[in-house]
Amino acid sequence: METQNQDAKHWQSLEELDPEARETLKKVISDKISPFFVSRREFMEWMGGVAAVLGSSACTRQPTEKIVPYVNAPEYVVPGQALFFATASQFAGQTQGLLVESHMGRPTKIEGNPGHPGSLGATDIFAQASVIELYDPDRLQSPTFKGVISSWGAFQKNMAEVRAEQATKGGAGLRIVSESVSSPTLAAQMKAVLERYPKAQWITYDSVSNSNSRNGAEALFGEVLDPVYAFDKADVIVSFDNDFLSPGFGGVRYTKDFSKRRKADNRNRLYVIESSPTLAGASADHRWGLKTAGVLRRLYALASAVGVSGVSVPSGEADLHKWADIVARDLKRAGRRGLVLAGQNLPANAHSVAYAINSVLGSEAVSFVNPTTESTKNTLAGLAKEMAAGAVDALIILGGNPAYSAPADVPFAENLSKVKFTASLSMINDESAKGCVWALPATHYLEQWSDVRAYDGSVAIVQPLIAPLYASKSKHEMASMLLGRDAESSYDSVRNFWKTQKSGDFETFWKKSVHDGVVSGTSGAVKRPAVKRAVTGTPPEGASSGWDVVFRPDPTIWDGSYNNNPWLQELPKPLTKTTWENAVFLSKASADKLGAKDGDVLEVTVGEAKVKGPTWIWAGHPDDSVTLHLGYGRTATGRVGTGYGFDLRPIRNSKEPWLATGASVRKTGKRQEVACTQNHGLMEGRDIVRSATVDAYKKDPKAAKGHHPPKREVPSSIPAQGGRPFGDQEEYAWGMAINLSSCTGCNACVVSCQSENNISTVGKGEVLKGRELHWLRVDRYYEGSAESPESHFQPVPCMHCETAPCEVVCPVGATTHSPEGLNEMTYNRCVGTKYCSNNCPYKVRRFNFYHYADVDTPVLKLQRNPDVTIRSRGVMEKCTYCVQRISAVRIDAKKDNRKIKDGEIKTACQTACPADAIVFGNIKDVNSEVSKWKATPLNYGLLEEINTRPRTTYLAKLTNPNPELVTATPAASGHHHDGGH
Amino acid sequence: MLEPVRESARTGKPIEWVRVNDLPDFVYFNHSIHVAKGVGCTTCHGPVAEMPLTWKGQSLYMGWCLDCHRHPEPFLRKDKSEVFNPFWHPASDQSGVGASYKSERNIQVNVNCSACHR
Repeated sequence: METQNQDAKHWQSLEELDPEARETLKKVISDKISPFFVSRREFMEWMGGVAAVLGSSACTRQPTEKIVPYVNAPEYVVPGQALFFATASQFAGQTQGLLVESHMGRPTKIEGNPGHPGSLGATDIFAQASVIELYDPDRLQSPTFKGVISSWGAFQKNMAEVRAEQATKGGAGLRIVSESVSSPTLAAQMKAVLERYPKAQWITYDSVSNSNSRNGAEALFGEVLDPVYAFDKADVIVSFDNDFLSPGFGGVRYTKDFSKRRKADNRNRLYVIESSPTLAGASADHRWGLKTAGVLRRLYALASAVGVSGVSVPSGEADLHKWADIVARDLKRAGRRGLVLAGQNLPANAHSVAYAINSVLGSEAVSFVNPTTESTKNTLAGLAKEMAAGAVDALIILGGNPAYSAPADVPFAENLSKVKFTASLSMINDESAKGCVWALPATHYLEQWSDVRAYDGSVAIVQPLIAPLYASKSKHEMASMLLGRDAESSYDSVRNFWKTQKSGDFETFWKKSVHDGVVSGTSGAVKRPAVKRAVTGTPPEGASSGWDVVFRPDPTIWDGSYNNNPWLQELPKPLTKTTWENAVFLSKASADKLGAKDGDVLEVTVGEAKVKGPTWIWAGHPDDSVTLHLGYGRTATGRVGTGYGFDLRPIRNSKEPWLATGASVRKTGKRQEVACTQNHGLMEGRDIVRSATVDAYKKDPKAAKGHHPPKREVPSSIPAQGGRPFGDQEEYAWGMAINLSSCTGCNACVVSCQSENNISTVGKGEVLKGRELHWLRVDRYYEGSAESPESHFQPVPCMHCETAPCEVVCPVGATTHSPEGLNEMTYNRCVGTKYCSNNCPYKVRRFNFYHYADVDTPVLKLQRNPDVTIRSRGVMEKCTYCVQRISAVRIDAKKDNRKIKDGEIKTACQTACPADAIVFGNIKDVNSEVSKWKATPLNYGLLEEINTRPRTTYLAKLTNPNPELVTATPAASGHHHDGGH
Repeated sequence: MLEPVRESARTGKPIEWVRVNDLPDFVYFNHSIHVAKGVGCTTCHGPVAEMPLTWKGQSLYMGWCLDCHRHPEPFLRKDKSEVFNPFWHPASDQSGVGASYKSERNIQVNVNCSACHR
């Protein structure tokens, strides 16, 4: 396994490293795309039949359509013109200010709000995909009582009885469960509820919580605080299991700031030590995959090397301390521009240690704010005990799904039936709703008024884009009902709260806050507290024996909240490129030890409990350890999520929710196919992703160009790039550049493209056949050893080749070139020969094999972008550079008789990108941003040696390894010295 | 004759109009740019002022669209008042003024597929 391909520096799947597997792979691929052999006569006979069918159906009239205008048209609504409204989403601790596109009152597309500190115009996958949740046909549509359709009136009557009963005993039997609350209004409402019922209890339960970082701050500084990081100010970053580039607290903003520091002139350096591969690890200059014990040992060793007083030093190998000295030297050189982070899965004292290192460095890249979410110390485990003892009369679940997400040692779901009055407010009839007497439909955030705090404490007003589609209520309305104010709307609750917060002209303040999407002056007071107490805790001695089981939220469906979201289910997980289910992820060496290959079902045993799932080998995963993702194996969800994956609940416990040690793993002999998109885009033996170190680049700007095959001879008849006949007469020549140094592989672009362009999902079975329809994919390449590879991401949209190979083979002229350089696809001309796809060297064309789009379910029609055709069966489809957006801006510019300004057109992938890795514009204008990018020596075209003249080009990736680690210990970057073996 | 309109205003119930000039769903047509560049209503909708009951004034076939996209000169009108004038007739030297409107208004001939199909 040490030797790489002779002809390729980068590899994409593990099969490529193994000559035998490589042959199998080739066969599989050729089987998948086996040519359609048919004799000429058969072809003619068949075509004759088709012609007869076509002949009989030609010249049909369109069905009669009705125009139903408004009697009183709302302000600003012009058919065909989109409006944008500011609002905000909150998920997984991450608040993003949004601008939501609305067509005739239907929200269709999510964009980031440039004025919001948690977004700065970008979004993550969850915000992008949240719009389809609104139109989910599986939503709860009316309250149900014991599974029978009921009404809010009936619930309110029952609730009034509960209130009367609880009023007599101060609420002693009333319990409310919610996730941590980031809405100041809801927090105030909950406070009022607890004042009304002093003996009632409010329990906050987060399936993925930030309690460890909070408790770590409390232990060190003596007060509960949340950290706020400024990655733009950090030169050297050391992350211990902290995936700050993934969705989570501040993730989008952190990616924005981090990506600013990936340019050659002020490049940062990132070290990641992690127990399961993450996006941060994939972006790292140095990365070590270790079992959790090894991660902690390195953290403590680093703390002692930096000079944190009172920290226990892990005993052991010289290698560990040698490593710590090198990294500590680098950190100290950075000084105030150094930053150390610990992940939420690590215990509170690890966070204290990380904060203490930052204090010693005097880091300016970290500050603290008062907790941005409201939570209580009451635990779900305590509640379950009370429920079992019959001490709870009434239980109200305000969001979250504790009946599914609670670990095995918290018998919450089991004891729900012991409570007389139970009610769950949720969008889907999930495990919690099914377990309760009352299942109450919740509003989507695009249907309600609310407010929400971001990672830095600033508040955004959540404004509805549409009236509730169903008989649903918000959390604010539920809280009002608890107070006996059944008629109070969310709008009133939110406004009444802010009236108490602001003096002066309220209406002006309110209008400005709603319009801007952020309430000015609310960002938290920044604190830089002094260390008040010594760090506690000791590093684990040596490696844990047996297997580690690492639990993580799923990269695309999180804790299961997005289980019924088809876009996120089919979105390839950023690193493994698997879809639709979870798997038992482990390293190649570990799989070899078990004799398991991809798809072999493994049984993971922790204590007495077992779970089973298919093997998936993950390069860079630590040995003797498996990663399992939450969110699958649901017993109650919608039609999309039913039947996929396995539930981790039996083997998790509440004391250590993210790790189980001493587990065993064995092969069961069964097989289960995993739908992975990884090998569909295989480009063998070619220098696809190019990279160089910053130092090499500074010495020779062409260093990153790599050793690619020489260009073929260009016939003189082919014009130069950008020249005739593509663009000479035109004002504009559209082009795109993608910076591979910035791209973190987060996939926000892919979901944004899906949402903008009405791209269908196809389901697991079709993904297995390679028929997924994503117009934009993010390829992931590995470099180096299978044990500790360097990862590269490469988003691949259509290249819009100036000499496009697809165009010349289309027999019906369905794909053509526009004078501005777009490779156009005209669906109503396409007859589905697929020649174009066969002739595309980039495999960016997607064929619609069946009529994947659901055009019958009425509610799904509302989501679609009216500016883009819904493709039917039998046509090819592909990236258009968002031609509908180009067209809209061009029309505006022409009406004003002016030129299109640089940056005026932004493609959907570009707007969503939190790393600012994508730029689009006019390559004829030398001053445009895209021209400037393309003018750098890093610019290269994918497979440019075949003279396709792609309009989409890439900027080669720059890395910034520490020379001490590269030269002093070549093995340091590749092998585990502690904890791993 | 306007009773249905009054009825609609009174009851708040919209009038259901039958769409006469109906383009297929894979065709994207923007009125504003045509109006801004001087293409009048009746050029596509026919002599609506003379229609007791509206009929489709033109075939709306792609070839018909392209004729004008290739050679817009015969159809370009002087200004807004002419654009909305249902009784407009081509000027006596229409080909001459049409050509000058075309160059004054910077009208580019756009016949590539994505102008209308996307």
